[in-house]
Amino acid sequence: MNTTTKDTDTWDLVIEPRSKLLNLNLKEVWRYRDLLWLFVKRDFVAQYKQTILGPLWHFIQPIFTTLMFLFIFGKVANIPTDGIEAIPFYMSGIAIWNYFSACLTATSSTFVANAGIFGKVYFPRLVIPLSTVMSNMVKFGIQFLLLLAVMIYYGIKTGHFHFGISWLMIPVLVLMMAGMGLGLGIIISSLTIKYRDFTVLIGFTVQLLMYATPVAYPLSYLQGKSYAAWIAYNPLSPIVEGFRYALFGVGTVDTGGLLYSGAFIVVVVFAGMLIFSKVERSFMDTV
Amino acid sequence: MSDTVIKVENISKQYRLGNVGLGTLSHDINRWYHTTIRRREDPYLKIGDTNDRSIKGESDYVWALKDINFEVMQGEVLGIIGRNGAGKSTLLKILSRTTTPTAGQIKIKGRVASLLEVGTGFHPELTGRENIFLNGAILGMTKKEIKNKFDEIVDFAGVERYVDTPVKRYSSGMYVRLAFAVAAHLEPEILIVDEVLAVGDAEFQKKALGKMKEVSEGQGRTVLFVSHNMEAVQNLCINALLLKDGQLIMMGDTGSVIGKYMAVYTNTKYSVHYNMDNAPGNSLVKLLSAAVQHPMMEQYQFFKNSDPIHFSFLFQLSCTGRMQLDITYHLVDERGILVYVGSTFWDYEESFSNGTISAKCIFPANILNAGTYTVSKLLVVQNKGNIIAQFTDVLSFEIVLEENKSFLGWQGKKEGVLKLESLPWHLKNNTL
Repeated sequence: MNTTTKDTDTWDLVIEPRSKLLNLNLKEVWRYRDLLWLFVKRDFVAQYKQTILGPLWHFIQPIFTTLMFLFIFGKVANIPTDGIEAIPFYMSGIAIWNYFSACLTATSSTFVANAGIFGKVYFPRLVIPLSTVMSNMVKFGIQFLLLLAVMIYYGIKTGHFHFGISWLMIPVLVLMMAGMGLGLGIIISSLTIKYRDFTVLIGFTVQLLMYATPVAYPLSYLQGKSYAAWIAYNPLSPIVEGFRYALFGVGTVDTGGLLYSGAFIVVVVFAGMLIFSKVERSFMDTV
Repeated sequence: MSDTVIKVENISKQYRLGNVGLGTLSHDINRWYHTTIRRREDPYLKIGDTNDRSIKGESDYVWALKDINFEVMQGEVLGIIGRNGAGKSTLLKILSRTTTPTAGQIKIKGRVASLLEVGTGFHPELTGRENIFLNGAILGMTKKEIKNKFDEIVDFAGVERYVDTPVKRYSSGMYVRLAFAVAAHLEPEILIVDEVLAVGDAEFQKKALGKMKEVSEGQGRTVLFVSHNMEAVQNLCINALLLKDGQLIMMGDTGSVIGKYMAVYTNTKYSVHYNMDNAPGNSLVKLLSAAVQHPMMEQYQFFKNSDPIHFSFLFQLSCTGRMQLDITYHLVDERGILVYVGSTFWDYEESFSNGTISAKCIFPANILNAGTYTVSKLLVVQNKGNIIAQFTDVLSFEIVLEENKSFLGWQGKKEGVLKLESLPWHLKNNTL
């Protein structure tokens, strides 16, 4: 038996207790892009098997939320909607907010929910949260189509339809939301491995966070109020307001605010990746 | 030319027992303080028991694997055996990167695919076709590779008719066949397989084993195979390694490792002693002691095949008058084959009266092959036919091959129950 092997041999893979601090392995994620796509497809297809309405459910949920907002915030609380028709106003806020909250809650359970697969086979773990963000993007797309239809309806009715260069911002803002959901989600998923307390925390935090974000009210409504600054510190606020500004041309948003959000997202995504790549290697022992 | 494709160096893996809660939080903080702030070693790495699950340990930490070293050549089919909890699965998990070692290093050449379970990632709502693609991708195949193999996979699984039906409608057998079929068509350089053959009907198991054999022999792939099925290991693997309590006990040709496995897990018992109160037996005969002894050494853990083996038994006889008695023992090997029946029956006719009876038997050297032997039965017989006392599994001992005495280059155990090397032969060559 040849037991002496030269150390000059090249090894394709070295398994060690600890990885280097910065070991994101994005190249490997790319190698598994087929899997990424199949996961996106699975998420989408599996959800509507044995349902009659199928993807139509994506219409129904925002429609009812919009009606509820219309009643509570519009009629009961009498909060103005920045001069935008109430229904497209709420609907736009709900669409972008739903995307964020869906990304965050789904990615935050990455490890716990997929422990079965992760314990049996290796593939870059980042594929799972990435696929979640992508399949939710498809759902967002469907809601966005509904929003467009509503906007066109009101456009014809009032003879006023905002369409301009600001629409180019929409994909950027959606990507920002995706980054925010992904970054925060994978940080939380990494924390929940050992201490499940964070799962409980995230459930109601997302709910409360919506009220601290101008989803059901415009930021302009808070002007002059003492707590307005706190809402503005919320890095989600410029994105939601920016989204409305892009769609309707109305909203309280400036470059500074968007840059602040952008910087926040870069930090969150980067920190998330770091923590994620650190825990993904041995999380099976504690999950 | 064979080449090392897996090199395992000092691999250790520590696990924490018990629940995760406040206690682990304090350990985490302490560990963080020592490693990050003071830049010292992790204090919990120094402690830890060997992983014997049946014994209550001192520490909350156990070593599921401790200092494992071995190498695997290209094209080798290596069986990994050991009792439940010996560390087999932990080793495979580290090799397949679902967890990391606590210490040590593994170097691997080539693409690894692991089959720790069949049907990983199968979604019950998706159809067979969709699941083939998904499962294939999870196992590391690209879409193109799966497409090329699709018909072959469906054919191998024999589920053509159901391919567009959700797998939740499959019978469990069909489900497993489909899952294994995907896995069997992977084309990695190194394949890691864990117990997946314990599923499916006999026909399918045979098919699966055949496929594994084909993969290793025909295509020159390296296979690591964990199983409790010794027959499968024997069939598939040329070499094997034996783990016990997280430690590597032995690595070598499959035959002798399986022998060792049997030996390690059948507890050897070289002597037993009883006092009058707890001695087994009946009112007539009690067994006071029994032993297998080395002729020269006081301390020994096994016999060499060149050692004679001394059996000695001590009985207590309580009777009035004299009785004609014979002593008989049965010697079985690790496979349960009755190798020899030793008895005073044929050559002796002794009578005994009240008191102790000591019986000694010398078993000559160079007859028994290496292995684990058990004195499965010890009988006391009266008047050549009436069993008056019977003791079972009295002793157990091991015989090993003398080192450096390989059989004409054959490295393993000589086959057969008997070793008996030097029999007289008469050879003659009649030339025309």
